[in-house]
Amino acid sequence: MDRVIEKVKKEEKMVIERSKMSVENLSAWFGDKQALFNINIELFENKVTAIIGPSGCGKSTFIRNLNRLHETISGAKVSGKVYLDGRDIFDHNCCDVVTLRRRVGMVFQKPTPFPTMTIYENVAAGIKLYGKKPKGKLDQIVEQILKQAALWDEVKDVLYKPGPSLSGGQQQRLCIARALAIEPEVILLDEPCSALDPISTAKIEELIHKLKQNYTIIIVTHNMQQAARVADYTAFFLLGEMIEFEVTSKIFTAPQDKRTEDYVTGRFG
Amino acid sequence: MLLLLLLLLLLIKSSLGFKTFGFGFFFSSAWDPLHDVFGALPFIYGTIMSSLIALLIALPLGLSCSIYLAEISHSKFKEHIATMIDLLAAIPSVVYGLWGIFVLAPALGGPSLLTGGVILSIMLLPTITAISREVIQAVPHNLRESALALGATKWETFKLAVFGPALSGIVGAVILGLGRALGETMAVTMVIGNRPAISPSLFAPAYTLASVIANEFAEATSEVNLSVLVELGLILLVITVIVNGIARILVWKTTGHKK
Ligand SMILES: Nc1ncnc2c1ncn2[C@@H]1O[C@H](COP(=O)(O)OP(=O)(O)OP(=O)(O)O)[C@@H](O)[C@H]1O
Ligand SMILES: [Mg+2]
Repeated sequence: MDRVIEKVKKEEKMVIERSKMSVENLSAWFGDKQALFNINIELFENKVTAIIGPSGCGKSTFIRNLNRLHETISGAKVSGKVYLDGRDIFDHNCCDVVTLRRRVGMVFQKPTPFPTMTIYENVAAGIKLYGKKPKGKLDQIVEQILKQAALWDEVKDVLYKPGPSLSGGQQQRLCIARALAIEPEVILLDEPCSALDPISTAKIEELIHKLKQNYTIIIVTHNMQQAARVADYTAFFLLGEMIEFEVTSKIFTAPQDKRTEDYVTGRFG
Repeated sequence: MLLLLLLLLLLIKSSLGFKTFGFGFFFSSAWDPLHDVFGALPFIYGTIMSSLIALLIALPLGLSCSIYLAEISHSKFKEHIATMIDLLAAIPSVVYGLWGIFVLAPALGGPSLLTGGVILSIMLLPTITAISREVIQAVPHNLRESALALGATKWETFKLAVFGPALSGIVGAVILGLGRALGETMAVTMVIGNRPAISPSLFAPAYTLASVIANEFAEATSEVNLSVLVELGLILLVITVIVNGIARILVWKTTGHKK
């Protein structure tokens, strides 16, 4: 009896998927060059959404608009709307950039720990931006975050070594920890595994699985197996346009668009 | 190697002075070429103080200039400022000296330690600004973006992601500047007053190692006098080396060798 109820609940949950971020008619430019054309997409809460597509199709540009990092490039322009919990992130009256970036964290392709900081300081860097914490409390948070990022066991004895002394995969998890430390709601991952070996990649994928219980995750990847493994939804981009957005299994087994099919079957790109 | 040879030469040439006055030379304020009585202290004091004054003025100014040029300004105007500062480096030091005599010294109440320091600071400004600007700009862009992505403001991004990696380069800029300040001869000689005395007032005339060597070498009559001047040169060299050493330790300490 209990089991039946649980199953029903589960199904209910599937149905009421909540949109965490929703993107409407998003276009983006670098100077005169348009890189994104009228993107519309819903990013669901506690789901992993993968962005796939050939190199240069605008995947990075797209996710860099979700935390407004795109605008920091000189000459860059945007139009359209992006809502976070129903509020437009470009609307200056409702959200400022600092709060937005606190809520929408990001990890880059190349691991970028702050080179002159220790592992501990790297994790604490973001926390310190939002107010001083007593040392004891900070220690506690750093430990908890590193555990969450599945890095604690590997670094607990070397917390005061420089960040770059870690392996590439560890550095990337450190960057994930750094992003988690400011308690974001959404995490953007821009090809987080492309510089890593298979074992580190597996660790990060496992981590993504764990994290999605608490976060909304968007991951850019070149690796279609990876998208298939980690993502609930997948969006296919081509030449700055979003061609198809669907449940991951559908994208890979029954794509609607010919171009998606060509790409996922490896016929181009 | 070259440094060792140079050191050896200076040691030999100054041995007479060292034999005559011993260690007391470093702590004596006497300077009387007519009676062959010499002491190095006022020159050491003048050299170090004028350089410190120069650094104290040029470092904050140059650093803020470079931060402004590298991080804040996006206008075309900034290129002009950068060129103007670079031009400062191309002006011969005699010209600085002339300007110091006619403009700066009267404004600061005559030739003095302070006037010398200020002239030096203006000469250091382009070095410190240009090098700091370059090292700040050389900090990888993705570090800045990492900080921005954490919600850091522009200034926080600078503190978090730029200053640390740029620090060793900035220290390098300071050493280069300091090296130049310690050894600068012409402009300083023209405005510092050239009096071998230690005065608590910054407005009193002073003398530097480089200046006294330049001024008196041609006129040094006695053997002892000559050798003493070489000894002053040796001291200058040693001070420069020590400054370099300290800077290196600073760099080493700040680049990842914590705890
Ligand atoms: N800073 C920039 N200035 C000008 N054009 C840019 C800049 N960054 C990207 N572009 C252009 O915008 C387009 C989209 O680039 P983007 O980096 O978003 O692609 P991507 O899908 O992330 O590619 P990759 O898989 O190689 O990372 C490309 O044509 C690229 O040349
Ligand atoms: Mg990219």
